Amino acid sequence: MNVGVVTFPGSNCDADARHAAALANADNGDVVHQLWHKDSVIPQGLDAIILPGGFSYGDYLRTGAIARFSPIMKEVIAFANNGGVVLGICNGFQILCESGLLPGALIRNENLKFVCKDVFLKVENTNTPFTNTVKKGSVLRMPVAHGDGRYTASEAEIILLEKNKQIVYRYVSQTGEKNAEANPNGSMHNIAGICNKDGNVMGLMPHPERASEALLGSADGFTVFTGLLAHFQRKQAQVVA
Amino acid sequence: MVTPYSEIEVTELTATELGLTAAEYAKIVEVLGRTPSYTELGVYSVMWSEHCSYKNSILQLKTLPRSGGRLLVEAGEENAGVVDMGGGYGVAFKIESHNHPSAVEPFQGAATGVGGILRDIFTMGARPIAALNSLRFGEPDTERTKYLVRGVVSGIGHYGNCFGVPTVAGEVYFDRCYTDNPLVNAMAVGVLRTDAMASATAEGVGNPVFIMGSSTGRDGIHGASLLASREFDSMTENMRPTVQVGDPFAEKLLLEASLELIAAKVVVGMQDMGAAGICCSSSEMSAKGNVGMKLNLDVVPLREADMSAYEIMLSESQERMLVVIEKGKESIAKTICDKWDVPFVEIGTVTDTLHVEVYRNEKLVSSIPAKSLVLGGDAPVYVREQTEPDYLKLTRKPIDKGATLNQDEFEKVLRKLLSAPTIASKRWIYEQYDSQVGANTIARWQGDAAVVRLKELPGKAVAVTTDCNSRYAYLNPYRGGMLAVAEAARNCVCVGAHPVAITNCLNFGNPYDPEVYWQFAEVIRGMGDMCRALDTPVTGGNVSFHNESQSHAIFPTPTIGMLGVIDDMSYVTGNTFTAEGNSVALIGWQQVELGGSEYMKTVKGRITGDAPEIIIENEVALQKAALLAIRGGYVSAAHDCAEGGLIVALAEMCFGSTVGCEIDIPFAHNVGELFGEAQSRIVLELSNKNIDSVKQICADHGVPFTLLGKTSGNTFIITELCNIEVQELASEYYNALPDILETVHA
Repeated sequence: MNVGVVTFPGSNCDADARHAAALANADNGDVVHQLWHKDSVIPQGLDAIILPGGFSYGDYLRTGAIARFSPIMKEVIAFANNGGVVLGICNGFQILCESGLLPGALIRNENLKFVCKDVFLKVENTNTPFTNTVKKGSVLRMPVAHGDGRYTASEAEIILLEKNKQIVYRYVSQTGEKNAEANPNGSMHNIAGICNKDGNVMGLMPHPERASEALLGSADGFTVFTGLLAHFQRKQAQVVA
Repeated sequence: MVTPYSEIEVTELTATELGLTAAEYAKIVEVLGRTPSYTELGVYSVMWSEHCSYKNSILQLKTLPRSGGRLLVEAGEENAGVVDMGGGYGVAFKIESHNHPSAVEPFQGAATGVGGILRDIFTMGARPIAALNSLRFGEPDTERTKYLVRGVVSGIGHYGNCFGVPTVAGEVYFDRCYTDNPLVNAMAVGVLRTDAMASATAEGVGNPVFIMGSSTGRDGIHGASLLASREFDSMTENMRPTVQVGDPFAEKLLLEASLELIAAKVVVGMQDMGAAGICCSSSEMSAKGNVGMKLNLDVVPLREADMSAYEIMLSESQERMLVVIEKGKESIAKTICDKWDVPFVEIGTVTDTLHVEVYRNEKLVSSIPAKSLVLGGDAPVYVREQTEPDYLKLTRKPIDKGATLNQDEFEKVLRKLLSAPTIASKRWIYEQYDSQVGANTIARWQGDAAVVRLKELPGKAVAVTTDCNSRYAYLNPYRGGMLAVAEAARNCVCVGAHPVAITNCLNFGNPYDPEVYWQFAEVIRGMGDMCRALDTPVTGGNVSFHNESQSHAIFPTPTIGMLGVIDDMSYVTGNTFTAEGNSVALIGWQQVELGGSEYMKTVKGRITGDAPEIIIENEVALQKAALLAIRGGYVSAAHDCAEGGLIVALAEMCFGSTVGCEIDIPFAHNVGELFGEAQSRIVLELSNKNIDSVKQICADHGVPFTLLGKTSGNTFIITELCNIEVQELASEYYNALPDILETVHA
C-alpha cells in the first residue's frame, strides 16, 4: 500500500508511524512517503494518509487547532472527501476533529494530568479499512500517551455516532467490561476511536504504531496497519477482476 | 589597543557583588593587564563560577577513570561521552542537575533541566532515544514539598513528552534533608553515527558564526553564577526571574534542524547554550579550537531591544545553539533552518586573535583571551581543605541488628516499608511521562533498568538506569560512592545488559565547608574504585555544589547514570515473577546489615549506623555470574536487593503480575537478615530444570547460591512470618504515593 505520513512541526510520532507502515509493507516493498506540512500537493496514487501523534505547532492555542490550517491539510481534507483513507493517531485525531473531518472534540483529561499507560480497547466496528482483520468484540492492548484525550461531543452527535456505528474503539477492562476504571481520560461513553460516516476517516487516541511489534509489549496495534494492507489488496484485486 | 567600553566603572566591589572573590578579581586584572569592562566582568563572573569552571571539583574529578573500554569520546572532551556500539554507531549520554532552579520554580526549573541535557546530546549529532531522571525531595508531608513534587513531575513530563523523547526510568527518594533544596538530575541518551559526530570546536579563521534557535531575552541572567553557585537564603525567593523558561516545541525544531545541518556536513562546530549562554559557548568553542571570535551583538535576535551587552552575553534563554558553519555553505545551512522555521542569524566570524571580541552598539565592549575563561586555561583551580565530619562519630555507634519479629510485627513492618514514599510504587509519577515515543522502549517499569532498542542496529539494545542511595553516602561517603556505582551496574546486569560506562551528577553542599569537601573527595574515591573494578569508566557529568538550606547540607548524593549494552534482545529479563511453580533463589552474600536502611529510617526514625559493607571482588563475581545465568537463558526474572532488603525485593517481584510465592527464609528471622540492605545480592526466578546450571555458574565464580522457595498462587507467603494476598500488598504499594500527593490539606 502506498502510505503518506504527514510531518507537522512538533510531530514526534511520525517516524514511528512510518516504521509501522513500513513493517506492514515489508513483503510488498511499497514506499511510505513523508508528507511535509508546507506541501500543497500530495503524491499521485496515494492509498492512505496518516496524521501522526505529537504536539503539532507545540499544541499552542488548542491541540490540533493550528495544524488544521497548514497547507497540507487542505489536501488531506480534499483527499478524505474524495473517499481517501485517512488515519489520525492521538494528535492526528485531534487535528481531524479540529478540521471537521470527524465530529466532537478532545479536551483536557479529566484528572488534568498527562497519562501514558497501556489500555484495553474493544473493537466495535470491524467494517472499516482499519479494523477489517479483527473479530468484532476483540479486546486489544495498546498504549495511550496524551494530556488532551477526553472525547467529548454533543448528545445529538453521540446518538448519531452510535446509530451509524462510528464508534470503532472503546476503552474497556482487560476482560472487556466498559467501566470508569478502564477509561484513562474521562472520555464520554469510553470512546477511544471513531470514524466518519463513510468509514474512510478514523481517529483514535491510543497509539497502534507503538504496539506493532511483540518486542514492544504488544502487537495488537499492528492490526490497524495489516487491516489497511488487506483493505487495499482487496480493492486492488477487485480492480483487477 | 582599544580599551573596551564600560557602562559603569568596575571596582573590586562590583566583582564581589557578582560572586567573584577579591583574589579572582586581582587575577582578572592581571590577565587583561587593565581594569575589565562591566561586560567583561560579567563574563568572568559566570565563566569562573563553580557551575562553569569546576574550580573546586576538577582536581578530584581527575582521579576518576575516564578512558578505556568502549569510550569513543572521553570525559570533558565534548558535551557528552560517547560509547561505541559497533556497526558505525555510538551512544552519547550525560546527566546534569537543575536543582536550584527547580527549588525556586519547580515546573520551569525541571522542564529546562530536561531541555538542557537533551541539547547536550543532540549538539553532538545524536538523536535522543531516552530520558531519565533522579529526583530528591523532602518528606511529602508538607504542602510545599507536594507542590514541588507535582511541579517537577509535570515540568519533566511537559518538556520530554512534547519534545518527543521517552522518559524511560528514574528514581525518587524522599528525605528531610532535601526539604528546602530538592534535587532534579536529568539524563539523556542519544544515538549517533560515529563518522558524523559534531564537535563543540570553532575552527577555520574566517568561518561565519551563527546563532540558531530562539531569540535572546532577559531570562536566566546569572542563573549559573548566582543561583546555582551559592546556598539558599532569604534572598532566594527574589531570584525567580533568574530561572529560564522552556519551550519544548522550539527545542524539537532545533533538534531536527541541528541534525539535518550536521548530516549536510556544513557544520564546523556546534555548542548548545545552557549555563552562561553566548559567553560560555563562544569562549569554550574558541579555546578548544585555539582561535578567537568576533561577535556583533547588534544582530542577535532579542526579545527586548534595549538589552545591554552584559545581558545578551549572560542570558540563559533556552533552545539556542552557537554554530560555526564552513564558509561558502551558509546558504545550504540557511535553507535547512528555514525549512524547520528555526531562526538562523550570522553574528560573527572565527578569528586568529585568540580573543573573544564583542561589539554592542558598534562599540567594543569585551575583549578577552578565550583560554583565560575556561577550565584548563586561566580559570581558577582550588585545593580545598577537608575534615572528617563530626556527625560520623554519632552515626557510627553500633546499632542492634538482631531484633527478631513475630508474624504480627513482621506484617506491620512489611506494610510500613511498602508504603514508605521512597519504596512505594512511583506509578503516579511515571504515568505522567511518555515512556514509549520512538517505539523503541522494550522494558519500562518492569525491570531493574530500562531497555531501549536501537533500530539502527537490529537486535541490539541499551539498558539505562539512574541510582544513588544518599543515606549510604551520608553514613560512609567512600562506601556510598562505591555502592551507587555497584547498584547501577547490578541493575543493568539484572535486565541482561553488560554495564559499560557511567555518567555522574555529584550533588553536594558548600565545598568551602571542609566537612562537605571531605564527603566529596571520599565519594569520588569510592566511585573511582568501583568503576575501575567493574571497568565502567566515567564519561562525564556534572557537579552541583551549594545544595544547602539555611541550616544544613543535603546528604552527599552522587547520582550515577549507567549505560549497559545488550547484544541480543532475547537476553532481556524483567524483575517480576512470570509463572507459578518456578524456583526462587538468592545469589550473593547474605549478611546481617541494618545501617542506613529504609527499616531504620521508616520504622525506627533514625538514619544511623554504617553503610552496608561491600567487597569489590564479591560484587564483580556476582555480576559476572548473574549475567552469565541470564544470558544463558536460565533466568525468568531478576531483581537486586536494595531499599527494604530481601523481603521487599521478594514482594516487589510479586507486584508486576499476579504470581505469588512461598518462601522459607533459611536465615535467622531478625530484622538485619530480613530487611537489612546487605549488598551484592540478587533474587532470581528460574524454572526448576535450570537450578543446576545456575548453581554451577555460581560455583564457578565463588558466588553463594541459596534456594528460598517457589513461585505459587496469588499469596505472598513467608513461612512463619507472613501470609497475605498479593493483591492486598500491591494495593498498598501502588496507592501510597497517590494517597499522599493527591491529598491537599488546607
